[in-house]
Amino acid sequence: MVRITVRVNGKEYTREVVESRTLLHFLREDLSLTGTKEGCGAGECGACTVILDGQAVNSCLILAAETDGSTIETIEGEAKNGKLSRMQEAFHNHHAVQCGFCTPGMIMTIKDLLRRKPKPSRDEIIDGIEGNFCRCTGYEQIIEAVLDVTGQLGKKEGLRHVR
Amino acid sequence: MLPVNLEKRKDSGMFGDLRSGETRVIGKRTPRVDSIAKLTGEAIFVSDMAFAGMLFAQVKKSPHARARILRIDTRKAEALPGVRAILTGDELDYRVGLYMVDKYILAKGEVRHYGEAVAAVAADTTAIARQAVDLIHVEYEKLPPVLHPLDAIREDAPLVHPQLGNYDYIDTAFSPIPGTNICNHTKLRKGDIETAFKRSEWILEREYTNPSVQHVPMETHVAIVSWKHDDQVTIWSSAQSPFTLRNLFCMAFKLSHRKVRVIVPYVGGGFGGKAGIHIEPLVACLSRKAGGRPVKFTATREEEFSLLPCRSALTYRVKTGVSSDGKIIGQKMTMYWDSGAYADYAVNVTRASGYSAAGPYEIPNSWVDAYTIYTNKPFGTAYRGFGHVEFFWGIERHMDLVAHAIGMDSLDFRKKNALRPGSVTLTGEKIEEHTGNVLTCLKAAEKAVGYGRLTAGEKKREQRSGMKIGKAVVALHKAPAMPPFTATGVILKMNEDATVTANLSLTEIGQGTYTALAQIIAEHLRFPLHRIKISQETDTDRDPYDWQTVASKGLLLTGNAALLAAQDLLRKSYELASQILRAQPVDLDHDKDKVFILHNPEASVTFREMAVGYAFPDGRSIGGPLIGIGSYIAQGLTHLDKETGQGLPALDWTYGAHGIIVEVDEHTGEYNILKVASVFDVGKVINPDAVRGQAIGGMLQGLGTAICEGYIYDQEGHLLNPSFTDNKIPTARDLPLEVESMVVETPQLDGPYGARGVGEHSMIAVAAALGNAIQQACGAELTHMPIRFEDVWRSLGKKEPIDNWITKSPFGSCKSAPEIRKNRPVQ
Ligand code: FES
Ligand code: FES
Repeated sequence: MVRITVRVNGKEYTREVVESRTLLHFLREDLSLTGTKEGCGAGECGACTVILDGQAVNSCLILAAETDGSTIETIEGEAKNGKLSRMQEAFHNHHAVQCGFCTPGMIMTIKDLLRRKPKPSRDEIIDGIEGNFCRCTGYEQIIEAVLDVTGQLGKKEGLRHVR
Repeated sequence: MLPVNLEKRKDSGMFGDLRSGETRVIGKRTPRVDSIAKLTGEAIFVSDMAFAGMLFAQVKKSPHARARILRIDTRKAEALPGVRAILTGDELDYRVGLYMVDKYILAKGEVRHYGEAVAAVAADTTAIARQAVDLIHVEYEKLPPVLHPLDAIREDAPLVHPQLGNYDYIDTAFSPIPGTNICNHTKLRKGDIETAFKRSEWILEREYTNPSVQHVPMETHVAIVSWKHDDQVTIWSSAQSPFTLRNLFCMAFKLSHRKVRVIVPYVGGGFGGKAGIHIEPLVACLSRKAGGRPVKFTATREEEFSLLPCRSALTYRVKTGVSSDGKIIGQKMTMYWDSGAYADYAVNVTRASGYSAAGPYEIPNSWVDAYTIYTNKPFGTAYRGFGHVEFFWGIERHMDLVAHAIGMDSLDFRKKNALRPGSVTLTGEKIEEHTGNVLTCLKAAEKAVGYGRLTAGEKKREQRSGMKIGKAVVALHKAPAMPPFTATGVILKMNEDATVTANLSLTEIGQGTYTALAQIIAEHLRFPLHRIKISQETDTDRDPYDWQTVASKGLLLTGNAALLAAQDLLRKSYELASQILRAQPVDLDHDKDKVFILHNPEASVTFREMAVGYAFPDGRSIGGPLIGIGSYIAQGLTHLDKETGQGLPALDWTYGAHGIIVEVDEHTGEYNILKVASVFDVGKVINPDAVRGQAIGGMLQGLGTAICEGYIYDQEGHLLNPSFTDNKIPTARDLPLEVESMVVETPQLDGPYGARGVGEHSMIAVAAALGNAIQQACGAELTHMPIRFEDVWRSLGKKEPIDNWITKSPFGSCKSAPEIRKNRPVQ
């Protein structure tokens, strides 16, 4: 067991953890922050993405014990004072959510991307979210949500009616 | 019964008004009703749930594809502190099965596939349970497995289920052949096939194959079960089908339905893999053995690939006879479906694909033999498209190959043979004007990709890249595969503030039906959308019955039940208002807030005043809570004749087409998908963004199947690639450069506001479109799916295709080429 203190979404937590506990399980089970999801537990799907000291990481690949003194951002900190963030708002408006299981990780990845690149091109968005699997949406509406939030969407084609 | 006076209002037909086109909420852009909970991380999935005293389960799995279980020693595991229950097949005598009751909860005597559960543990923590599973020692006697379905139907093949003749099964739909590995034989006979072939100018016969594929919902299967005294069982599950799960559970354990309760909260994707019944019985038995403590089992990603089911592999042989003017006059279709070790949904996939096997084309003389074949592999189940993704790879490739053989343009060939009003389907159903329009879909896709020519920009691109551009257009169709008596119910409860809460048990697994249902209810009630709530969690104790959330039937069936419930709610509101206002119901009308007398609108009563009963000024009260009830059952469907396959299986046909543009490097076989344009005849768009989400999401899932996904086994039946590293699924990089979504609206006469389902269709025939366009670009003639770069390269070099799905050494990769993607097309 080791004792760690972390700051998650602005709140400080001190806990004893077993050395082998992943950050993902620490967040979900010890802190009951279940917004972050587990899709593979092996660093392959991105569902568990959180921001650790300013960088998006797969929390299933990080040991909680390593994060002592760190600042962590998770999906639970994204909406502030009962108001969705602009990114969440855009996901909502563009149907960038279907089952929602990839969504928390996706939002955290994009948040990190936009900090590094406030106006990513379509290709940069694609490269940015490439590590986050979404089996439902086909990514297009997610990309459009990011383009919208960064003021780059232009006129959206949408669904075309034909006769 | 029609609501008292509503028949005279224009938006009031049973299925909503199909003609006026004036809707307030239907067809309008509106966000999903469930996205905020999902976006904030507040949506609770079963994987997020925990209960006091909850135990954690782990499963011991077979390392062999086929083996006799000689002995299981659990003594060491039992001695481990924190272990609360251990189970082996010896002490469980329950069989489950959706259509064919052929599967023990834990393997008994013999294991039939790699990854099958042989023992299970519930313990205080996952770590202890895992340790306990490692301490369980199983002694096996390895037996030679039968892996390929074509081997499995040979006379000397070992039998996967020697007891097949003794199993219970649904005999109105299926025909097992005891003493063989064939657990179902679906037949279809229409016209006179032999004469047709004699009359044919050309005959072409080819074979097409697909490997097994994993659904990959991002949330793996998970269940929590507590089995309390007096057999009170509560199941929280990531299931798609709470009522079918309950029914099968009760049948397996011989329990009354009132004792078993299934609760389904948010579900992280299903795609068919979470339909039916899977891990719940095992988890339930662990709970019972642990004295009723809740037990949770969460499948690992690896278990998702082999403990849980996959999509069946298919070998499809098609023989087509064509007249001198390019009409198909006869077609013989033989399907060998690889069921894996258990029948589960594969028998019904076989049946459904059997009666749709020709695609949306008229074949006057047809003959189908579709076999479901047991093998020693993880078993197949429902997967988005329900067989159609697999056999459309064959049939739509075949349409191109036949067209080439007879020297006709393949799109002209399709148009010539497409179903149109007056055509008769394989099962004898006559196509009507309102069934939907394949031709319009084909033409829209043709136009969207500029089929048949290259633009100046495309020519320039070819010169620049040295690659060849190919284009293709394919057609598709699918009807829901379901029993003729498929039914559903909706209950609408008016709340004190005149908002409405809907209870129903179609589950929301990401497909967006709850949003569409809220729109349908709001439209019909004339209420603003925000006043409608669809209760997210489904609960068999509290919600009305729904068969299953499968088959793209939810919008139509539950949509109609919702319309009926809305009508019932209005009828009851009018009845109550008529007493309050002293007017006949026929003289009343309503708006979003109140019911009023039509010719004297001043005289009114609000829904708020009536919602839970109306109180007169002196305190006397009438009415009571306003509750609308709607029940709907599929109309007019029949069983199919077992010898001829004739009958009416289709609730509705959704037609569609994909157009695709691909560029291929003729030397290396590498290719890029420049554009996919998809079009579906959805009857009526309820929510444009949701339709587009289904169209694009399904298309990319279809591309996954087309470009890289598939189970690879070694020759002993071990699954070699149960992970995302070795079994890739599409990422954002695999999105085609350009994606276009279109709809045709030929109203479905018995669909809510004319709508029909489109959840699965976007995935169908995408692979064939890709294969056809690649062939058009470079001549590679592909008949195996998926299409990896080296498969194209092999085909170009006329090297034998590698069937590496049962292999000595696996090949293959799934590669994106972002550097080419950045070179955007100039059109
Ligand atoms: S759960 Fe961490 S990457 Fe999949
Ligand atoms: S919304 Fe279901 S996985 Fe992305």
